[in-house]
Amino acid sequence: MARIESEVGTRTGAVMKWIDDRFPFTETMKYHITEYYASKNFNWWYIFGVLAMVVLVIQILSGIFLTMNYKPSATDAFASVEYIMRDVEWGWLIRYMHSTGASFFFIVVYLHMYRAMLYGSYKKPRELIWVIGMLIFFVLFAEAFAGYLLPWGQMSYWGAQVIISLFGAIPVVGEALVEIIRGDYAITDITLNRFFALHVIVLPLALIALVFVHIVALHHVGSNNPDGVEIKEHKGPDGIPLDGIAFHPYHTTKDLVGIIVFLMLFSAVMFFAPDMGGYFLEHANFEPANVMATPEHIAPVWYFTPFYAILRAVPDKLWGAVLMAGSVLLPAFLPWLDRARVKSIRYRGWIYKMALGAFVISFCTLGWLGMQPAEGLYVLMARIFSVIYFAFFLTMPYYTTIDKTKPVPERVVYHG
Amino acid sequence: MTDDVDRNRRHFLTVATAVTGGAGLVAATIPFLSSLKPSARAQALGAPVEVPVGSLEPGEMIRVMWRGKLVYVLRRTEEMLSRLGSVTGYLDDPDSANVEQQPEYAVNEYRSVKPEFLVVEGSCTHLGCAPLAEFQVGPADDWQGGFFCPCHGSRFDLSGRVYKGVPAPTNLRVPPYRFIREDIIMIGVDSGAA
Repeated sequence: MARIESEVGTRTGAVMKWIDDRFPFTETMKYHITEYYASKNFNWWYIFGVLAMVVLVIQILSGIFLTMNYKPSATDAFASVEYIMRDVEWGWLIRYMHSTGASFFFIVVYLHMYRAMLYGSYKKPRELIWVIGMLIFFVLFAEAFAGYLLPWGQMSYWGAQVIISLFGAIPVVGEALVEIIRGDYAITDITLNRFFALHVIVLPLALIALVFVHIVALHHVGSNNPDGVEIKEHKGPDGIPLDGIAFHPYHTTKDLVGIIVFLMLFSAVMFFAPDMGGYFLEHANFEPANVMATPEHIAPVWYFTPFYAILRAVPDKLWGAVLMAGSVLLPAFLPWLDRARVKSIRYRGWIYKMALGAFVISFCTLGWLGMQPAEGLYVLMARIFSVIYFAFFLTMPYYTTIDKTKPVPERVVYHG
Repeated sequence: MTDDVDRNRRHFLTVATAVTGGAGLVAATIPFLSSLKPSARAQALGAPVEVPVGSLEPGEMIRVMWRGKLVYVLRRTEEMLSRLGSVTGYLDDPDSANVEQQPEYAVNEYRSVKPEFLVVEGSCTHLGCAPLAEFQVGPADDWQGGFFCPCHGSRFDLSGRVYKGVPAPTNLRVPPYRFIREDIIMIGVDSGAA
């Protein structure tokens, strides 16, 4: 602020004034960046929101350059991806950037969501931030799914076959809906063409709009912190929260370090293990789509597998689809399922800590099970962990009420 | 000022504008939504296909495409046909009571026009994967041969009838077909009279 005022009377100052009279530039910068006060006790869990933004930018940039050479048609798609890999200068890098980015997007977003669960960031008054975040998550799922069809490999084709067929489980309208999604009686060139439109226009637009709304809501309410106390309740005489420091330059410089470390990890995968042993790019997808034969073993990419395992755990088409949809939707209701009076895990009792631990174990195990064949012991395990997954959410109103919480301090606890 | 406002007139205009605008909006969605349905070309590609089956060895199966869908044509051996009766107790719909899944003339134990030739869509009724042909009698689970879906473990017998306790809800679908000659099947057209 001081810097900007000192420029009054100078040429830059005059230009800024001219702009500010016509567009609230300085005001917006202050509100969202230089005078947005976030708690000074942020720990490394708070890096993932920024990292999600970084990956979004990576995906949009690399995606734009991929569309310059990709052809969304059943006859050309697979070959055009190979063409990007072999004949386009640096094409391999751009494609691996995009495919690695897809997996990293989910790693970062899952950790970002887990942070919110650790510190109760979804609780009042941040319910809407969480719900908007869940919408982002749903759009991200759709975006990743549509994108996975585009290379037109075996997994692209049969993965889409399975997921689109899920909508057929809806009573009455299901079959008609499936026909509208595919635009044909089977997954064909027509389907590929419309998934391309969804992947490069519809869903990215929705994603950017939702991210914008997510941040507007966050900056209106203010960020939560590892202690889960409201820093706005203790303001200094200048009206600035005593425990808050400006987002820029304090949080931004710290975030830069995190971004650099993240980009190092990202580059390591992108350069040395872009397929990540079949987890980021599935090996069956290096074979063009073959309508005549399903691969012997099909599994979605890792970020879908926890929910996929729940689908397979149910020996009924409709109920499998219902429970899978339920498992994706349920977290959106966390703000109302969680009845605890404290936000942060630091002041919660042992019951919630156990429940959260069980949830993490079941989520990860389901993720692993979703990659295994659907037989014998695996199915039994998937059923057990599905029950734990649902129990975590559905019994939450009960166990968060009886859990013994510790007293929450008035101000954030800050060492150093 | 407020006293001069004719509230009834204002209310009428508000409602009239909202209704007209709403109707326009609904009408405008029709062309957009319709454009998502299968196009005329996609529909035209649903023409019947001829499949010569004379050269099929007993026990051999071929895969053909009809309307962009995979169709299995299996020439069953006498021995395979004899296994059909033994699994009835394990099946969900052994008598093909679900009328959606086959034309009337395929409502029988063989789910076919001629017992020897099975014609079914190679699309698991669960989530659309292509079931694998596992025709051998296997040691595991008393397997009497049939189709196994690798995606989610659904099982079907040698007539495409679904087993109990698997995710697939119904038998494999039998497409409309008829024999136009002793050794040629035409998929996509009914025989008319059963």
